[in-house]
Amino acid sequence: MKIAVIAVQGAFREHIQALRQLGVDAVEARRASELENADGVVIPGGESTAIGKLMREYDMVEPIREMAEEGKPIFGTCAGMIVLAKRIEGEETVHLGLMDVMVNRNSFGRQRDSFEADLDIPVLGETAFPAVFIRAPHIAAVGDQVEVLARYQDRIVAVRQGNLLATSFHPELTGDLRLHQYFLNLSRESVAK
Amino acid sequence: MSKVGTDLVKRGMAEMQKGGVIMDVVNAKRAKIAEAAGAVAVMALERVPSDIRKAGGVARMADPTIIEEVMKAVSIPVMAKCRIGHIVEARILEAMGVDYIDESEVLTPADDKFHVDKTKFTVPFVCGAKDLGEALRRIGEGASMIRTKGEPGTGNIIEAVTHQRMMQAQIRRVQGMSEDELYAEAKNIGAPLHLLKEVHDTGRLPVVNFAAGGVATPADAALMMELGSDGVFVGSGIFKSENPEKFARAIVQATTHYQDYELLAELSKNLGSAMEGIDIATLRAEERMATRGW
Repeated sequence: MKIAVIAVQGAFREHIQALRQLGVDAVEARRASELENADGVVIPGGESTAIGKLMREYDMVEPIREMAEEGKPIFGTCAGMIVLAKRIEGEETVHLGLMDVMVNRNSFGRQRDSFEADLDIPVLGETAFPAVFIRAPHIAAVGDQVEVLARYQDRIVAVRQGNLLATSFHPELTGDLRLHQYFLNLSRESVAK
Repeated sequence: MSKVGTDLVKRGMAEMQKGGVIMDVVNAKRAKIAEAAGAVAVMALERVPSDIRKAGGVARMADPTIIEEVMKAVSIPVMAKCRIGHIVEARILEAMGVDYIDESEVLTPADDKFHVDKTKFTVPFVCGAKDLGEALRRIGEGASMIRTKGEPGTGNIIEAVTHQRMMQAQIRRVQGMSEDELYAEAKNIGAPLHLLKEVHDTGRLPVVNFAAGGVATPADAALMMELGSDGVFVGSGIFKSENPEKFARAIVQATTHYQDYELLAELSKNLGSAMEGIDIATLRAEERMATRGW
């Protein structure tokens, strides 16, 4: 299985390491041609304005939308979640506009308010997930098709909509591979189809 | 229970900046140009380094009005500079909610012996370094991000290259050392031993390492990425060029696509003139910023 990690900016190296630890062929993608033959896509943490802009300029938006329609899984973390969202509070620009959620950018505050917390994510089992939130967004509203996977202090911070997965926090930074494994299971379901 | 200001949270912020360009800006208008070009953060200043050079005298923390103006104007992170060792300027910037503090040699040092104890702060710090020892001393004091110093405000890449090459060569050498050699090396380069061991084991600095001080063109930015930088700071290079919007956009794209040489050729076309440069050899010793700090 081959997963393309969007590598225009941000913590793509950490996602690639996590995926390789799980035995997956993870490749860097900076332009549309590098998405070819991928079975899924990861959009890392970084700055969503920069990532969104570079994805548009290098024609990656349409191919990723097509992959999502084909049922291939897409996983966005933090900035990646913003890039996936259909609506961004207070902004007209959307990037991929795939996931039926409204995100509120930097809703946990500025960098001094960034934090670590143990998060209860029932689909991953009983052990809490070590989550790090960095100038993190949260999800302010979800559509009917969206399953809420985790909340932190009443704010939605992890969601799934079919083959789409998104988190406010950075599983790529804490070494716990369960969310990447969960994402790969979505990929296996899609490959099996 | 949530925890703020941990190493993971502070260093993690820098991890999110990787592969990106951080631009110096002096007002809201320029901050918006930087954000629109795809900058991952802006550094709010009163003057860019080349103007600091021209002005002479003592360069201090910017007027908070400017920093606030920039913070209101953009949604990307805002950094600001305090003088080396100026604990109170750093506390003021933290209180204002700045996302990252640069304890910077571009400003006139406030202390010639001690840098700020950055472990005491919730906000993360970036610090300059010319070599591995200096980088690890700063990380030992709590810096969450390093940038090689280069020679700010010159538009001349040679010092940035020298410092990044030095850093990478020293990392490679340390990696190959036996454990007993590390004790002597820690003494030789003045680095905390536990951090030197970490470099030995991982083959990289424990924090993100950007390049700074002399980047003036898309090719300069790509060169610094080629030499192993995690990202690039551009100070005077953008707003002292003929077409700041074009330069900003081209430098951002060159940093992402630093090994795509055909694209770099396209990005380098019709930009107009880059900032005027300075030959390092013409600078007097006291005009060199890279030698500030220890």
